[in-house]
Amino acid sequence: MAMVSIRNVNKVYDGNVHAVKNVDLEVRDKEFMVFVGPSGCGKTTTLRMVAGLEAITSGDILIGDTVVNELPPMDRDIAMVFQNYALYPHMSVFNNMAFGLKMRKFEKSEIDKRVRDAAAILGIETLLDRKPRQLSGGQRQRVALGRAIVRHPQVFLFDEPLSNLDAKLRVQMRVELKKLHERLGTTAIYVTHDQIEAMTLGDRVVVMKDGVVQQVGEPLELYNTPANRFVAGFIGSPAMNFAEVTLSAANGTLWAVAPGFRIGLPAALAERAAGLAGEPATLGIRPEDLHIAGAGDPPELCLEVEVEVVEQLGSEIVLDTRAADTAFVASVEPTLRVRMHDRLRLAMNPNRLHLFDAKTEAAV
Amino acid sequence: MIEGALWRKWVFYNIPLILFVFVLLFPFYWMIITTFRPDGELYRPWNAANYQPFWTNNPTLDHILYLFEETSFARWMLNTMFIAIVSTIISLFCGVLAGYALARLNFPFAGGLGTAIFVTYLVPQTLLFIPLAEIIRNFRLGDTPWALILTYPTFLIPFCTWLMMGYFKAIPKELEECARIDGASRWKAMVYIILPVAVPGILSAGIFAFTLSWNEFIYALVFLSSPDQKTVPVGVTSELIRGDVFFWGPLMAGALLGSIPVAIVYSFFVEHYVSGITGSVKG
Amino acid sequence: MAVTAVSDATTRPVPRLRRLEDERWLALTLLAPTAVLLGLFIAYPFVEGVLLSLTNTRVGVEGGFVGLKNFHKIWDDSIFRTSVWNTFWYTGVTTVFKLALGLWLAILLNRHFRGKALVRAFILLPFIIPTVLSTFAWKWMFDPTFSVLNWTLFQLGIISQRINWLGDPDLAMASIIIVNIWRGVPFFAISLLAGLQTISPELQEAAAIDGARPWQRFWHVTWPLLLPVTMVVVLFSVIQTFADFQLVYVMTGGGPANATHLFATYAYQIGIGTGLLSEGAAISLAMFPFLFLIVVVQLLYIRRVETR
Repeated sequence: MAMVSIRNVNKVYDGNVHAVKNVDLEVRDKEFMVFVGPSGCGKTTTLRMVAGLEAITSGDILIGDTVVNELPPMDRDIAMVFQNYALYPHMSVFNNMAFGLKMRKFEKSEIDKRVRDAAAILGIETLLDRKPRQLSGGQRQRVALGRAIVRHPQVFLFDEPLSNLDAKLRVQMRVELKKLHERLGTTAIYVTHDQIEAMTLGDRVVVMKDGVVQQVGEPLELYNTPANRFVAGFIGSPAMNFAEVTLSAANGTLWAVAPGFRIGLPAALAERAAGLAGEPATLGIRPEDLHIAGAGDPPELCLEVEVEVVEQLGSEIVLDTRAADTAFVASVEPTLRVRMHDRLRLAMNPNRLHLFDAKTEAAV
Repeated sequence: MIEGALWRKWVFYNIPLILFVFVLLFPFYWMIITTFRPDGELYRPWNAANYQPFWTNNPTLDHILYLFEETSFARWMLNTMFIAIVSTIISLFCGVLAGYALARLNFPFAGGLGTAIFVTYLVPQTLLFIPLAEIIRNFRLGDTPWALILTYPTFLIPFCTWLMMGYFKAIPKELEECARIDGASRWKAMVYIILPVAVPGILSAGIFAFTLSWNEFIYALVFLSSPDQKTVPVGVTSELIRGDVFFWGPLMAGALLGSIPVAIVYSFFVEHYVSGITGSVKG
Repeated sequence: MAVTAVSDATTRPVPRLRRLEDERWLALTLLAPTAVLLGLFIAYPFVEGVLLSLTNTRVGVEGGFVGLKNFHKIWDDSIFRTSVWNTFWYTGVTTVFKLALGLWLAILLNRHFRGKALVRAFILLPFIIPTVLSTFAWKWMFDPTFSVLNWTLFQLGIISQRINWLGDPDLAMASIIIVNIWRGVPFFAISLLAGLQTISPELQEAAAIDGARPWQRFWHVTWPLLLPVTMVVVLFSVIQTFADFQLVYVMTGGGPANATHLFATYAYQIGIGTGLLSEGAAISLAMFPFLFLIVVVQLLYIRRVETR
């Protein structure tokens, strides 16, 4: 078990594509760290640099106390699960799992014991003699996991391991991965583009975009206090609503004004945004923090919208609405009777308003 | 498919196909029938009354016996076999390694080298046979099987490399990355993981290389001189024709028997052979 | 340097010296055998061939430098000119026929029918059986007195007396062309069939629903998608045919009266037959600019087809 330190690491391809920029973070011992971001954000490149599959342009990567920059993958004592599983097609499941141990010259009896133990944990004891092509997607996934855990490595690396599974199986495997990590306690780095996986699996989550780390934190921290507009929009589903507004002070209140509505910012937020009066900004509110306005809602937090699409999900209704130029998605009670083109009055949850600088996009 | 009436199917598909097959295979039938036809029937003019082109009632093994008793045909077969097998192994060895390097590794001039090998793929043997004959003579390899074993790879390696390159590129990169993380060096990842997975491709390249070596003519014609060293195509050409006289019976028998090893290898690996063809025309 | 920022407890192992873990060393190692063999038996003979063609070397007689004299000589040689013409004619005509017939056969094979695998296996035979051996079978079939071709034509009432196929310059050329087409069609057919099979039948169906007739479907859907494969097949075939030797050597030996020589057979006759090594080298090297041009033009065209 070990921690992984990524110190000021850069990756430049062919001298001009700067894929990873000054990434600097520590994955603690036994931690499950998830890297999340859109494709091309540098998360996979970072993982592959930890694995030793890509050379580091500058900076240091440490596993435990060892600087591994120059070490080939085989000497890093890591295990990796790939998106397409990368099972060796000419080997049985047993040999797939035993390959890493054989390469490290383990005793035959020890190999046998470890493979059977791992197979028992994953419930694939009966598949050991099969070839990969005789397995279902979920079974292949388990074998790939098994191949990683027999090695008892210092660090697990996961490169989008669930994205080739169908939706139902993905949820199931997510739970199993969580249990597995609980049981083994091995430090893990997990790369995904799926923010739900990131939120559910990660002890901490790293959000990346264009090669730059946007925010590192626990899942709820990212959800509640996103560092910038990108993180706010990326984490959470359906995504946060953004409204381009202008801030203006009047009657002792700081107002966020846009065509079709104006919202009076609550005191705490207004205090932080005081310097921005008269400037453009972005107002953010999550769909689940919008509700149908009732008598108790203060009028400065309400706005008139027209319903454009009604999506009945059973457990909730997702409304696509519009106030002049700005679209708002709201997630409301499933019992509400509402039709397209209805006009509604929505209210915002005052503690859940976010404000972002229009230029830097950083949270205010 | 969009299907039409039965007669259309026959007129537009079945009959043309039957004609194609007939024309493509008839020369082989002619080879076979000639092999077993006695000389008396063989040299009967076609306008003679009893000319019987497609069948013989007096089959004979004389031509085949002549081949084995009066010429070194058995020797030629062994020579050809030996040369084809050894040069195929050499070419596969070189081509697999080079194909792997070009498909998988990043190194300076990789693109240039790939192009260079493709260009040699397009160099025909007939362009270089005269200077090559001089070089073979200088290396004192003339009239030995090694003259061919070492020169056949010049047209087999580029082919094998090209084919294997395509094959390796189709194998997911993650396989060897996973092996390297599992503790294998680059070399071991190639030997234990990629090469076993590439066996069908290696077979295709091997079958193809074998038939190409068996088929080669001009190098064998120029580099070999003594009758005992010759390969089947050259032996048949030089020993069964005396001046203007063609020994058609033994010639056809030789052609038939000389084709059989290739045909057998081919029949076992038709699918690999076909995928070799299709692999070689895919860029 | 970053080293100073690293705490004392860290270790920075020097990796064991393993050259083959370095991609460049591994690549060098893997390419070495190929480079040696190709260098020794392609690059070196090529240079040697160029040098040879600039001397007056004969078999057993070490020659001196004579400049471009050999090239001047072959330029004025009417047989050489004939062989240049023959080579182009032979390559052009056979390629057109091989492509047309090969495509036709590929289309015939691109259906489901009983015994398809068997038919496919059998029609490739002309391509895999050693050319020299199958060409002898043809030469025997073309025999004017004893053989089946004249008999068939006579029975069909097409001819009334024997035709001396290989004795007449034009007929000899035609005979060679026929055999080359026979040998090449299977390769075209199987390659193009592979190309056809990659074209999704849904495209055909979509075009049919859009109202395209069979011929239009072929011309507007199948052919453009088949073009990249076709170009590569044609490239291989053109080069092989242009540099052909065995077929002509067996069928006519360049005769009658040197009327059917190609570059390669004429180079053989001069260089090996008469022992004028340098002149023979010059003749076969004269192929090079043409081959080079063909390769360049076709590769450019293939690139254009593939990138559009």
